[in-house]
Amino acid sequence: MTNTLNLTGTPIHVEGLWKRFGSFEAVKDVTFTADAGSITALLGPSGSGKSTVLRMIAGLEEPSAGRIWMEGEEHTFKTVQERRVGFVFQHFALFRHMTVSQNVAFGLSVRKQPKAEQRTRVEELLDLVQLAGFRDRYPDQLSGGQRQRVALARALAPEPKVLLLDEPFGALDARVRQELRRWLDDLHRELGVTSLLVTHDQDEALELANRVVVMHEGRVEQVGTPSEVYDDPATPFVAGFVGTANVLHGHVLGGHVQFGTHRVAGADHLEEGIEARAFVRPNDVRLATNGNGDGVRATVERIVTLGWISRVILRLPDEQVLTAELPNDELGDLGLGSTVFVDLRRAKAFREAEPETISASEPVDALAE
Amino acid sequence: MSAVTEPRTPRLSANARRKLTHGGFIAIAVLYVGILVIAPLVGIAWAALKAGLSTILETLRQPDVLHAFFLTGIITVITVIVTSVFGVIVALVIARDTFPGRALMSAFVDLPLAVSPVIVGLMAVVLFGLGGWFEPWFTAHGIQILFALPSMVLVTIFICIPFVIREVVPVLKEVGVTEEEAARTLGASSLQTFFRVTLKNIRWGLLYGIALTTARSIGEIGAVLIVSGSITGQTETSTLYILRAFDQNQDQQGYIVAITLALVSIGLLIAIEIFKHRQERLQQT
Repeated sequence: MTNTLNLTGTPIHVEGLWKRFGSFEAVKDVTFTADAGSITALLGPSGSGKSTVLRMIAGLEEPSAGRIWMEGEEHTFKTVQERRVGFVFQHFALFRHMTVSQNVAFGLSVRKQPKAEQRTRVEELLDLVQLAGFRDRYPDQLSGGQRQRVALARALAPEPKVLLLDEPFGALDARVRQELRRWLDDLHRELGVTSLLVTHDQDEALELANRVVVMHEGRVEQVGTPSEVYDDPATPFVAGFVGTANVLHGHVLGGHVQFGTHRVAGADHLEEGIEARAFVRPNDVRLATNGNGDGVRATVERIVTLGWISRVILRLPDEQVLTAELPNDELGDLGLGSTVFVDLRRAKAFREAEPETISASEPVDALAE
Repeated sequence: MSAVTEPRTPRLSANARRKLTHGGFIAIAVLYVGILVIAPLVGIAWAALKAGLSTILETLRQPDVLHAFFLTGIITVITVIVTSVFGVIVALVIARDTFPGRALMSAFVDLPLAVSPVIVGLMAVVLFGLGGWFEPWFTAHGIQILFALPSMVLVTIFICIPFVIREVVPVLKEVGVTEEEAARTLGASSLQTFFRVTLKNIRWGLLYGIALTTARSIGEIGAVLIVSGSITGQTETSTLYILRAFDQNQDQQGYIVAITLALVSIGLLIAIEIFKHRQERLQQT
């Protein structure tokens, strides 16, 4: 199918964006670029300011400071109407008193497009979101997934320069969310419209986005590709929030983080002797029943089976808890109370003093997400 | 081994008792509404109909009665327009904006409900009567306020201010602003957003407010009595006509005009109810 929807890739650039609500600073000095035709995810926990950034780009909130560009043109002071953005809201925000086709036609009819053109375009979009048979239904008569597709069609109808999605799948159940995510990915490939996706769901961000902007308490923690953010987190927050991670506390000794009688590499950038934390992904924890030199000895405390992988919760000699994830067929004769040797393949170390909100004393918490 | 603690079987099961209590409440509600609302209505309808069709038609054709209906109609139409337009604006401000004194304004809006209409009439006299604050200016410009339509409209509007506002504010709060935000991102101007989205979302609340306003201004008498002077064929509204009919021992005419007014108000409320149900059925599965 060719792209007949006249959507183009428009780059978005925001620089030094701030937003204050009274004395509360919701967004602090946010700068990033979303490349033309890409999907950029704004990822962060609730209250991290990501939605506020999106609303400022749409013109629904006025920035306290900073500038917004689209296609090299400054948009900071333009009205919502002038910006021509497509905005998809978390709770759909469909017009409840209009049918599906009236909803999709809204952006065209307020711009006084001829009725015939409106009809053609609405049909085209309803085909695109596979809802042609539902044109005369009211929003109340649709399922959540269908409503969100109507919302998307409505946002795309007036040929927006960019598509802004605010937790678009947040109000849907897990299965529909999966389906819509894949569908949105296909749709984006087809249309190539620059998209900004606000989400608290790391899987969503990692799966859909070309670039991820990780936000925390109003600030940007890291901007990078999904693999950069996952494999090479810039801050302890990113390490704890994107993916799951074990946190091991120790001190730096010869470029390693030393804890108890064991150590893990990856602290070359830290000064000798300081207190440090090592973040280790559960899938980077290898288990062996017989020791070979370097391995850390641990006791199996609990085994949880999650479909094709299992989560093994281990206690280290110095009482720290470590979680490993491995395919079920690699479990072997591992059982409760068995002693195993742990090999930590990779770790990311940060100094202990660096601020971080995810509770470091309870490493299992970081895995709960 | 006597069975001292043998449990007594309750005479009614818990379920039956619940049903009975429930039934009791329904009975109370039906009696309450029946006695206090339906009975007087039936009574007045009976009194009016007793006169016979020819008397009814004759009464309704009297010039005084026709003029009274006409006057009531004008006052009601102006009141509905003014309280709707300004009521929606005030409701939007109360529901959406934050500014110092908003809570106070919200409270003041209800004031007319707390003040007796007679007092409202007196307030108008104080402002526009001989020696009143605004009287010299209007007299100088040759505009008659008291004992004329303007003061009658004014007091009716004052009394009806709360109805639209009180109906619309909760609806505005419930529907929220996201649909309006969606409209704006789709390129709608403020006016387009208001007429196509906001107004549609609040229309039932607004219509209820208008129905209450209409019913209230049709039935208004206390304030109008004071400011109008009750000049037959000039400033005599339908309710003032009823009052005079009873004064002059023409009870029959009084009943006939009264039941006509009641039917208009009730018909309006029922029409809105039916229309709303039909619309809701259309929008739901």
